[in-house]
Amino acid sequence: MSVNYLDVGLKEQEYLAIMDILGREPNMQELRILGVMWSEHCSYKSTRPLLSMFPNSGGAVVQGPGENAGIVDIGGGWGAAFKVESHNHPSAVSPYQGAATGVGGIIRDILAMGARPVASLDGLCLGDESLQQSRSLADGIVKGIAGYGNAVGVPTVGGKTLYDGCYNGNPLVNAMCLGVVRLDSIVSSKTARPGHLAILVGSRTGRDGIAGAAFASSGLADDTRASRPQVQIGDPFVEKLLIECCLEIHSKGLMVAMQDMGAAGITSSSSEIAAKSGTGIVINSELVPLRENDMEPWEIALSESQERMLLVAEQENLPEISKIAAKWELECAAIGKVTDDGQFVISDKGKIVVSLPAGMVGGSCPVISWTSREPSGRKATSQKGTTFSLSPHMIEKHLVTLLSNPSLSDKSGIFHQYDYMVQTGTVVPPGSAASIIRVRENGKLLGLAMEVDPWKCEIDPFTGSAEVFLKALRSLWVAGAEHLGMTNCLNFPSPEDPGNFWVISRCVEGLAAVARDLVCPVVSGNVSLYNESGDAKILPSPLVGVTGTFRDIAKPLSESFSCENETVFLAGFSKGTLNGSHFARAMAVEQNHREFPYLPEKEKIFMHSAIETVRKGLATSGRTVAGGGLLVSLAKMCVTSGIGISIDEELPLDDLAVFLFGETGPRAIYTVTENLEKDFASIWSGIPLIKLGQTGGKTFTIKGLLEIPVNEIARAWRR
Amino acid sequence: MKTAVIVFPGSNCDNDVVHAVSMVFGPVVSKVWHEDESLPEGTGLVVLPGGFSYGDYLRCGAMAAKSPIIAAVKEHARKGLPILGICNGFQVLTETGLLTGALLANRSLSFICDFCHIRVERNDTPFTSRYATGQVLRIPIAHYEGLFYLPQTELEALESEGRVVFRYCSPEGDTDERFSPNGSLNNIAGVINTEGNVLGMMPHPERASEDLLGSTDGADLFRSVSDWLEGGIQA
Repeated sequence: MSVNYLDVGLKEQEYLAIMDILGREPNMQELRILGVMWSEHCSYKSTRPLLSMFPNSGGAVVQGPGENAGIVDIGGGWGAAFKVESHNHPSAVSPYQGAATGVGGIIRDILAMGARPVASLDGLCLGDESLQQSRSLADGIVKGIAGYGNAVGVPTVGGKTLYDGCYNGNPLVNAMCLGVVRLDSIVSSKTARPGHLAILVGSRTGRDGIAGAAFASSGLADDTRASRPQVQIGDPFVEKLLIECCLEIHSKGLMVAMQDMGAAGITSSSSEIAAKSGTGIVINSELVPLRENDMEPWEIALSESQERMLLVAEQENLPEISKIAAKWELECAAIGKVTDDGQFVISDKGKIVVSLPAGMVGGSCPVISWTSREPSGRKATSQKGTTFSLSPHMIEKHLVTLLSNPSLSDKSGIFHQYDYMVQTGTVVPPGSAASIIRVRENGKLLGLAMEVDPWKCEIDPFTGSAEVFLKALRSLWVAGAEHLGMTNCLNFPSPEDPGNFWVISRCVEGLAAVARDLVCPVVSGNVSLYNESGDAKILPSPLVGVTGTFRDIAKPLSESFSCENETVFLAGFSKGTLNGSHFARAMAVEQNHREFPYLPEKEKIFMHSAIETVRKGLATSGRTVAGGGLLVSLAKMCVTSGIGISIDEELPLDDLAVFLFGETGPRAIYTVTENLEKDFASIWSGIPLIKLGQTGGKTFTIKGLLEIPVNEIARAWRR
Repeated sequence: MKTAVIVFPGSNCDNDVVHAVSMVFGPVVSKVWHEDESLPEGTGLVVLPGGFSYGDYLRCGAMAAKSPIIAAVKEHARKGLPILGICNGFQVLTETGLLTGALLANRSLSFICDFCHIRVERNDTPFTSRYATGQVLRIPIAHYEGLFYLPQTELEALESEGRVVFRYCSPEGDTDERFSPNGSLNNIAGVINTEGNVLGMMPHPERASEDLLGSTDGADLFRSVSDWLEGGIQA
């Protein structure tokens, strides 16, 4: 069948660039390959200049972007490899398999660094919960994550789930994985040398998922059923074998490079190894073990069959590698060779069918500079703060409304479907702002947090995305962890709309500002554009994942009240704002495109005090004031401990709604025993500190304003 | 206590058992590949760990029960030496016939991972001598197929022979059926064979063997076996 550049998703200027590089017309097979490799999903052609804004070195960074995952030093000679990746489009079409293969794909990215995957997290942005279609998609997605993650034996230790109508036809599934690797045995994809073999280990290659990357690079069709052949099918059992097999081969020093086969399969993995190593590579398509007959060379080259890894090794190690693969009951075939001519070649039974410069396939798609324009509607908005006149007798009703909002309510119905304890390292399970694992290899604790807040990014993309990043960091700090690095997934609609591109740019700038100002380098990430279906597009949804270590802290700080009769403090700057808050949406408060305060110096002061509080053991519990504001955060501390609280402080009645329900800014709630109050206050000197009241009893009471039994809070929150 | 942990393709709690047992007894644990035909010399305890052997694509444990190592495991059982099957390992033991019963899909038809409570029904087994009868343990479960099932007459026989070792219960030890997380008949969480040396249980003692992880109630199970092997307590 004849195809032209439009059929494979290329633009005219891209086709001209191809002609220019090659000095000839590409043949059909080459065109199909370039169509996939030059897609947005594989090439980052719309965002490369933006991504270069991210600081990505220094501090604990051992490996920045450019490999399958970034790595930070976690002490004792060990590193943590981590990355988040989207599987949005596949999950919209086939929620179970889409989500499952998302988990599988990110695990292989971590494995490709030579790391043992030890923790997964999932960011889910789901459609309006009251719609049957959204619930069914959400159920499939959760079951897919569970089905794959549980069998593969990597605990799902945390994540973030929220709901909004903008995700009705286009849910977001962002899978993050973290693995541990000895710093002296990190695997790179830059180390192939001419003469090395390219060895495919894992499943047989079939017709599944062909051109999935191109599919991920355009808006969703109205009838997504037609796209189902572009979704891959996952086999977690084979993935588990693949993990053990590759780690065994690696531990015996038998490989020189490794690359996972995700989007664009053999093509991307082999061309990237060649491009990064400065070599060429020949793939003999007839040597690839196939699941079905009569596959064309380009189909073999682009198949996205799951659970496959490309290993590069010396010829002499092939017998030993084959033996280990056979032990794990996996296919293993030498399918090609690293060459010295810089060309990516596919040969089919001796006939060369594709010959392209490896660098052209693996990385030199021309950048597209889309027009960026601030949407006119944003400029005209008022700069006055969002206000709401709160009737005291309505406070309980508002609290119950917010607690039963699906984005704020109990998520245990989801995370109890995930095996979050396998590998016996889960110290703080899902359900807390920061999940904490113990790394068996070096005995250290690691904190992990994930955040996404489309509503704040919609209000103001720069400060909104900065707030998203800071929220994730504050969760680490309050638990006692010092951040090491960040990964992100940039979920947006089409960059071709100037307004969208302006929002994307401002969000990236906001994330970059925090990375720079708080010294939290960006070590890895992923971009997912074109999240639209029909007339609907998603809100700007950059998602952030962070990790950090605990220094001189044996036990992280709990988020739940631990004892009665302890003093409750509110510590930190900012009283928050209703703009962009859950309260504002629930009460239909008028909001405007006003910037949130971005005060990095104050964040640093907050960080030092929060970590010192844990290190010196001055608090018995602590929780950041996050979604839903102060009242919701306090209510969650009650419900997760079964202990009430009584607030007898005079509250600022003039701005009560903002005080009780406002969000943003560095603030945390702490409980402190009486004998440590002085020491606690001195750690927080120079920072606004309010003594709110006392823990105890079975009700949440605010003098004159609220009196609600803890079990009623529980009923609302658990829905 | 020389311990052998059998590794099937798809086992994923093997390293956790090695870690837990090593913490209690030091490095005396070896992993044994399912294709091996014998256990290491002098093996005391054999553990069949949790996971998804062969992906559990067929009936859970059915493929693993046909592995070459199973003959040696059966021989170990015949000698009266202790065998512990945890979660998928329990499913394997029922498939080999070393234990009666079957593990069906949870009543909720979803995977459940959570801490639960189980009551020790007997402390005169090699696995439970460090516990008191009636003691309540806090211990995690993580399974999709954990509903213990037997036809009524066989269930009555099992009960009358006192072969139920653990039952799901409330934190206070109440074994009313509403405290069974998965719908197991008679709240059964763990059973032993007639000879008293092969125990299968859905809860994970290796996940409850460290303070840091929220419970140490499972560690005494491994200590009990060690006592028994050293001849301290006879079943």
